Amino acid sequence: MFAACADPKAIEGLTWAACYLTSGKHIDFYLSFATVLLLLAITAPTALAMGFAGATAARSRFLPLSLLGKGYAAIVRGVPDIVFFLFFVIALDQGIEYLKSLAVCDDHSWPWQGLEFRVCQEAKVPLGASSAIWHQAYGFALAVFTFAIVFGAFAANVLYGAMGAVPKAQLETAEAYGMSQAQVFRRILVPQMWVYALPGLSNLWMILIKATPLLFLLGVKDIVYWARELGGSKTQAYEYPHPDWRLWYFLGLLVFYLCFTKVSEVVLARLSARLSRGQATAGGEALRKAAA
Amino acid sequence: MKKLLLATALTALAGAAMAQDVVRLGTEGAYPPFNFINDAGEIAGFERDVGDELCKRAELTCEWVTNEWDSIIPNLQSGNYDVIIAGMSITDERDEVIDFSQNYFPPAASAYVALAADADLKGVVSAQVSTIQAGYVAESGATLLEFATPDETIAAVRNGEAVAVFADKDFLAPIVAESNGELMFVGEPVQLGGGVGLGLRESDTELKEKLNAAIQSMKDDGSLNALIEKHFGPETAKF
Repeated sequence: MFAACADPKAIEGLTWAACYLTSGKHIDFYLSFATVLLLLAITAPTALAMGFAGATAARSRFLPLSLLGKGYAAIVRGVPDIVFFLFFVIALDQGIEYLKSLAVCDDHSWPWQGLEFRVCQEAKVPLGASSAIWHQAYGFALAVFTFAIVFGAFAANVLYGAMGAVPKAQLETAEAYGMSQAQVFRRILVPQMWVYALPGLSNLWMILIKATPLLFLLGVKDIVYWARELGGSKTQAYEYPHPDWRLWYFLGLLVFYLCFTKVSEVVLARLSARLSRGQATAGGEALRKAAA
Repeated sequence: MKKLLLATALTALAGAAMAQDVVRLGTEGAYPPFNFINDAGEIAGFERDVGDELCKRAELTCEWVTNEWDSIIPNLQSGNYDVIIAGMSITDERDEVIDFSQNYFPPAASAYVALAADADLKGVVSAQVSTIQAGYVAESGATLLEFATPDETIAAVRNGEAVAVFADKDFLAPIVAESNGELMFVGEPVQLGGGVGLGLRESDTELKEKLNAAIQSMKDDGSLNALIEKHFGPETAKF
C-alpha cells in the first residue's frame, strides 16, 4: 500500500506493524465489519416484518391463514439452525435456478441428475460471467433472506404472545366506541403490544448479533472468517510470516462483540422506557410515580 | 422503446453467449504452497500459477472463487463453480462422485510431523477432514482428530491436543523448516493417492478434454516442472 511496504521482509518494528495492518487482506478484514453491520441493519427489520406478518396471520379468524402463520413459526423454530443454514440455502439457490431455467432454457429436462444439479448456463444466478461482486451480492442476499426467515419465526412467536398480552378490556372498549376490527388492531393493539414484545425481541436481537458468524457457512466472508485466516500461522510463502496469532484476533472480536452488545443494551433500555410511557404495566406505573 | 428493448435483448444474448466461455475455478485458499490467500487478499500459490496458465492454453476465461474444503465437492456438483483446483488427490472414492483430469502434481508422499522424535504415531493424530490423510490415519489404528482447515491441524500439535499431524509432505516441509527445530518429521513418509488433479463434474467431458490437453502441453514443454520447482523447491518429485 505504501512505498515503504514494497519489501515487507526487509522492514522491522513499527513500520512492519503498520504495513502488516494495512495489507490488502487486513483491509478486507476491516470491510467485513461493515458487512456484518449491514447484514444486521437489513436483517433485523426484515425479520421483524416477517414476524409481524406471521403473528398477524396466526391471529386471523380465517383458518388456513391462521394455520399458515402458526405452522411457519412452529416448523422453522423446530429445525436446528445449522441444518437450515446448510441445507436450506443450497435448496433455495437451486430452486431459484430451476425456476429461471423453466423460463430461459430450451432444454427442460429434470436438473437433478444423480448428485449433480444441471441447468443451462443462461439459468445460472448470477450468470457465470458476472463479476465477482455480483456473486458476493447474491450470496449476501441469500444470507439475509435465510436469517430473516429463521429469526422471523422466533419474532412471530414473540409478537403473537405480545398481542395476546394486551388487556382485553382495552380492545373491547375500542369496539364499544364503534371502531372496526382493523381500526382496533391498528390504533389499540399494535401500539400497546410493543412493550410486551420488547424483552423477547431484545433477546432475539442479541442472538442475531452473535449468530452472524454463521454467515461464513453461506459463503460470505465475515469477521470471524478473516480473524481465523489472518491469525493462522504464516510461513515464508506469505509476505508477512508470523506464528499463530489467532488468540489476538479473536480477542479483538470479543471486544467488538462486547461493545456492540453493550451499546444495544443501552439503546434497548431507553426504548423500553419510552414504550412504557402511559402503559398499564408495572413499568408504566413506575414512570408515573417518578413523574409525580 | 422498441429499439431499447431490442438492444437490451441483444446485450442479454451476448452476455449469455459469453457466459459459456467463463470457467469458474474453485479453491480452498488455505493450503500453502498449493493455494493460499496472499497478503493482498488475492488467491496465490502453485495452483494459481498452474490454473492461470492452463486457462491461457485452453483459451478459457477463468475466474477464481474460494470455498470451504468441507463442502468443495457438493458445491461443484451444485454448479457454483466448474473446476476444483485445491490440492485434491485423485482417489477412487472421489472418482465415484466427480471426474478428475490427469494429474498436474505427481503422486506425493504424506508424512507425520510431531514435537518429539519418539512421538507415538498410534496416539492422537490430527488431519484435515475428508482428506486421504484422514482416511489413512483412521485405518492406521491411531485416534483421528479432524479439523476443518490445515492450519488448525498444525496448531493442534503445537498446543498438545494431538501427538502428531499427518498431511502432504510438501505442505509440511516449509512449516517444519521455519519452526526453529520445534517441529520435526517422524516415521517414514507414506505414498498416497494418484497425484493431484483437477476435479470436474462427470458430465463436463468437453471441459475435461480441453484441460487434459493443456496439462499435457505443460508437461511436455517442462513449464509444469518449472512451476513445481518454483513453489516447492528443487527436491520435490517432478514429472
